[in-house]
Amino acid sequence: MRPFNYTVAAGSEAAIRALGSTPGGRFVAGGTNLLDLMKEDVAQPPHLVDINRLPLEGIVLDGDGLLLGALARNAHTAWNPLVVERYPLLAHAILAGASPQIRNMASNGGNLLQRTRCVYFYDVGVPCNKRRPGSGCPAASGLARQHAILGASPQCIATHPSDMCVALAALDAEVRVQGPAGARSIPFAEFHCLPGDEPERDTVLDEAELITGIALPANRLQAHSVYLKIRERASYAFALVSVAAALELDGNGRIVDARIALGGVAHKPWRDRTAEAILLGEQPGDALFTEVGQHMLRDAKAWGAATSSSGFKITLARRAIVRALTAALDGTPAVLGQGVSA
Amino acid sequence: MQPYDPNPHDASANTAASEHGRTRHGVTLRINGQTHSVEVEPWVSLLDLLRDRLDLTGTKKGCDHGQCGACTVMCDGERINSCLTLAVMRDSCEITTVEGLSNDGQLSELQQAFIDHDAFQCGYCTPGQLCSAAGLLKEGRASSVDEVRELMSGNLCRCGAYPQITSAVCSVALPASTRAAGSSTWNAPVLVGKVPA
Repeated sequence: MRPFNYTVAAGSEAAIRALGSTPGGRFVAGGTNLLDLMKEDVAQPPHLVDINRLPLEGIVLDGDGLLLGALARNAHTAWNPLVVERYPLLAHAILAGASPQIRNMASNGGNLLQRTRCVYFYDVGVPCNKRRPGSGCPAASGLARQHAILGASPQCIATHPSDMCVALAALDAEVRVQGPAGARSIPFAEFHCLPGDEPERDTVLDEAELITGIALPANRLQAHSVYLKIRERASYAFALVSVAAALELDGNGRIVDARIALGGVAHKPWRDRTAEAILLGEQPGDALFTEVGQHMLRDAKAWGAATSSSGFKITLARRAIVRALTAALDGTPAVLGQGVSA
Repeated sequence: MQPYDPNPHDASANTAASEHGRTRHGVTLRINGQTHSVEVEPWVSLLDLLRDRLDLTGTKKGCDHGQCGACTVMCDGERINSCLTLAVMRDSCEITTVEGLSNDGQLSELQQAFIDHDAFQCGYCTPGQLCSAAGLLKEGRASSVDEVRELMSGNLCRCGAYPQITSAVCSVALPASTRAAGSSTWNAPVLVGKVPA
């Protein structure tokens, strides 16, 4: 790892000031992704501002919703009783990601800011537009099994790796941030960027802006929430395709609220409200779910070499949507670690 | 496109340390009940501090990227990957390494279970497996074999001693009645090849 300066911030404003005065510096919270990127020489910040002492660890009621502190750890968030009760989709998604050790370390704010695990992005010996703008994208014609099928550009076909963020997108979360120009709240759908011609930019955060929390509005999706993650091994692997699916049914069994977000397929969690609109007011069923799957993947495109393309994900995602909606209709499954020990 | 750089980790990078105003930080850690005060550069991982500076070589470096779990230690009672955290970030923390699991030479119940169940072959992953399992016990979340397997998935064993590791951990973590597979309310993820399409 290259040498860098390190300071501990005593408060949010001090942290923002410290970062504002050191170009290229970074906040560090859990460090599980940033330190790895620094070891690989993908990230070379000259200065780390440790924000772990800031009072942003709480998970508290926020009106009729919930506010997740940016420094609450992923494991604490997933197993928080309010999260399990009100947002089981989020608990499931977090617990589908990483390992118990990493979930104990990783912060909620950091989860949103983790970078793609594209092998070309991680390999400093090859070009990558995200790492070195203008150098090229070897993935677009190379090994693309882990890569995008929606919203990609010839400049970058990377996917966002988070599970947590897929659930947050489905739950209409808002990202609360504080920066040199004051505080603002960013709707989750607008927080992460598509690659376009500027793939080096992952989010709309400005320089020295600090995530302070994630706000979740109330919903009535608790009874029918499923996070389906398809990966190459049973645990501790990034998603090839994941689906956060949640339904609210009225007394007649008709769908009155529907959320679907996809992970592993795009540069950001993929939410499509026109697909959700197909479900509203309808009686749930296979034909309807199949139509939704077809609709959500209507603009999907395969990238990469013919022998290692992302194209298989198009069929996989269509079917995963049907399966996730079917499972959600059956009812929210038990959350890992919530069983009563005999 | 910039020219290919075959050696981005050039040794000269280390000399840049002298250009920084303040390169060492005082860190005090309580490790296995003993207080250690050291001066470290900010880029030293907790793992490297333990192994290289404090001679606590029980904690192993496997991948150094948080993928294998060999470096697992407990920090303030929670299991973490010591390779993915800086020593300076853990100032004032209470650390337990594999050296701290026994009590006055008496193996812990978990350590004895690993011996009784033959839960290792080469043994390199064992310190991490033990610390991870100690964290699992402290969390108290696992109530079935499937949950133990899922909650131990951050620790890889290249020798493939998983069945024995699972039974060793289950023998301590679960009452006998729940040690049969499939006793969980939680359903383990289905492998891709088994997905009904």
